[in-house]
Amino acid sequence: MRIKSQKDFFAGLMFSITGAAFAIGATNYTIGDGARMGPGYFPLMLGIVLTILGAIVVLQSMVIETESGDRIGTIAWKPLCYIIGANVLFGICLGGIPKVGIPSLGLIVGIYALTFVSALAGDEFNFKEVAVLATVLAILSFVAFVWLLNLQFPVWPTFVAG
Amino acid sequence: MDLLANLATGFGVAVTPINLLYAFIGCLLGTLIGVLPGIGPVATIAMLLPATYALPPVSALIMLAGIYYGAQYGGSTTAILVNLPGESSSVVTVIDGYQMARKGRAGPALAAAGLGSFFAGCVGTLILAAFAAPLTEVAFKFGPAEYFSLMVLGLIGAVVLASGSLVKAVAMIVLGLLMGLVGTDVNSGVARYSFDIPELTDGIGFIVIAMGVFGYGEIIMNLSKHDDDREVFTAKVTGLFPTKEDFKRMAPAVLRGTALGSALGILPGGGALLAAFAAYTIEKKTKLQPGEVPFGKGNIRGVAAPESANNAGAQTSFIPLLTLGIPPNAVMALMVGAMTIHNIQPGPQVMTSNPQLFWGLIASMWIGNLMLIVLNLPLIGMWIKLLTIPYRWLFPAIVLFCAIGVYSTNNNVFDIWMVAIFGVVGYAFLKMGAEPAPLLLGFILGPMMEENLRRALLLSRGDWGVFVTRPLSASLLAAALALLAVVLLPSIKAKRNEAFVED
Repeated sequence: MRIKSQKDFFAGLMFSITGAAFAIGATNYTIGDGARMGPGYFPLMLGIVLTILGAIVVLQSMVIETESGDRIGTIAWKPLCYIIGANVLFGICLGGIPKVGIPSLGLIVGIYALTFVSALAGDEFNFKEVAVLATVLAILSFVAFVWLLNLQFPVWPTFVAG
Repeated sequence: MDLLANLATGFGVAVTPINLLYAFIGCLLGTLIGVLPGIGPVATIAMLLPATYALPPVSALIMLAGIYYGAQYGGSTTAILVNLPGESSSVVTVIDGYQMARKGRAGPALAAAGLGSFFAGCVGTLILAAFAAPLTEVAFKFGPAEYFSLMVLGLIGAVVLASGSLVKAVAMIVLGLLMGLVGTDVNSGVARYSFDIPELTDGIGFIVIAMGVFGYGEIIMNLSKHDDDREVFTAKVTGLFPTKEDFKRMAPAVLRGTALGSALGILPGGGALLAAFAAYTIEKKTKLQPGEVPFGKGNIRGVAAPESANNAGAQTSFIPLLTLGIPPNAVMALMVGAMTIHNIQPGPQVMTSNPQLFWGLIASMWIGNLMLIVLNLPLIGMWIKLLTIPYRWLFPAIVLFCAIGVYSTNNNVFDIWMVAIFGVVGYAFLKMGAEPAPLLLGFILGPMMEENLRRALLLSRGDWGVFVTRPLSASLLAAALALLAVVLLPSIKAKRNEAFVED
């Protein structure tokens, strides 16, 4: 059988797998019965429903004709990796990784790191321009979040601030 | 009269110089961010939520109301100017609004949207004030079975109006419900699906999901297209105000839109989308006056009616939230989150336990509306300039604000890892054509639904019949079924597709 809607096929597959995972996970908890539901009852029910819904979506994707085949298309790895990477780097700068001995570098360093890495996700990258943007964002964030709203951040690296 | 006394209490609380300032700042920030292409009210509120943490509850909610209206109006601005609906409810505004902008009539279009919204907001506020109290009485009659059925109705309502595949939307809701169950089970104290990670025993943060799925997912999707596909249209806007003739055509459309929006907004799950869509359909059915531009070619009624309906619906959708504690759409779900952060559990008890807050909020919504018109009419020219900021400067800033917002909710880096995961998930959703909005609704309602289902069945000793034998619950479920049936009927299905496709 030919897949007529690629998007729906994978969406359905995702629903079924997630649903099944939740349902199987639910069996680790007490299920109970209708009158006295255990923590596993509701998730088990929903998990089964989701698995079935996913199967319906998959079936539909093989039966119902679509014009273009609803292709998923190529995955944009470049923006995906850089945007998510920038976010993760920002987290590392704020919190450090105590296990490997990387100290917290603080908000300001984090903003520069995030801006530079995320800017790489775009079509063009101009070092000077990004540096200006990062500086503007750092000043803005410092004034707005640290100064005015008084949110709690490690602002500077721990080895500087002590 | 109670209504007037209550409104007076509300305005007494809301109209202090400092609160007016917060309303103004909220509105300004909301508009500034909402006007950015691709960022709808949900993302805007999620992003700006941390900014309200430090404020006292009343001021925080007032600022949020300002942000909400600002974001919604900002979204319409983008819809009209650059043909980019920032949210589903401005999908119909795009049709005629963008055509007006292309003819250099962006000014009148924006003014029509603003004035229509303001009028609708005023009416909505009055309806909210008048009907919130009696509806609260009804709310106290609600047992767990009714709550459960109402949530089913709300969720079905949300799905029915979503564009695209119905089964997929239902599946997204169920997925959301399941994700809402992650964390400690309140009845047994068992930590479910937490994989022994301490942070997960508190559940997944809704901001984390909102930011990851809506914020990062969208950005990655946008970046995967190239500059020429992200067409941004910035023609010079000539003439700010509608002509006399425009006003004559607008007025009845605004009235019809307001009436429709107010009525539909009250229904849980009805939401702004149905209101805007229905209002546009009605306008299209009316006869064109001689010399009037046809619909789809830049008719001012095609902007005024859905925008009024949208705003009236937004206003009255606070009714199910404030009286029943049930968020009717994703934006309201975020408002619930905001309230819980300030230790306010939305529901019928808010009005009695915290009348100042309740009426203050209602008054502040009107103030938010007023601020909107004060702020936006003179500044339309500036919003257009903001749109000329190149996307390559914009998206790192958005990523940064998302990351900071997520971190500051718990001051915990763990949330940053989570948002990274949901960013990937959100991109996958977009790639698979699965709409994320129903997921967020399900996520918020998940724990509540389970709680009420358990209680209802405990009281009935495990008899599932309780949902159909109690009249109120049965009628709610019947309404949900009717909604589903309506959408599944082939004739309406075709119309629904048509409405979302034409442009």
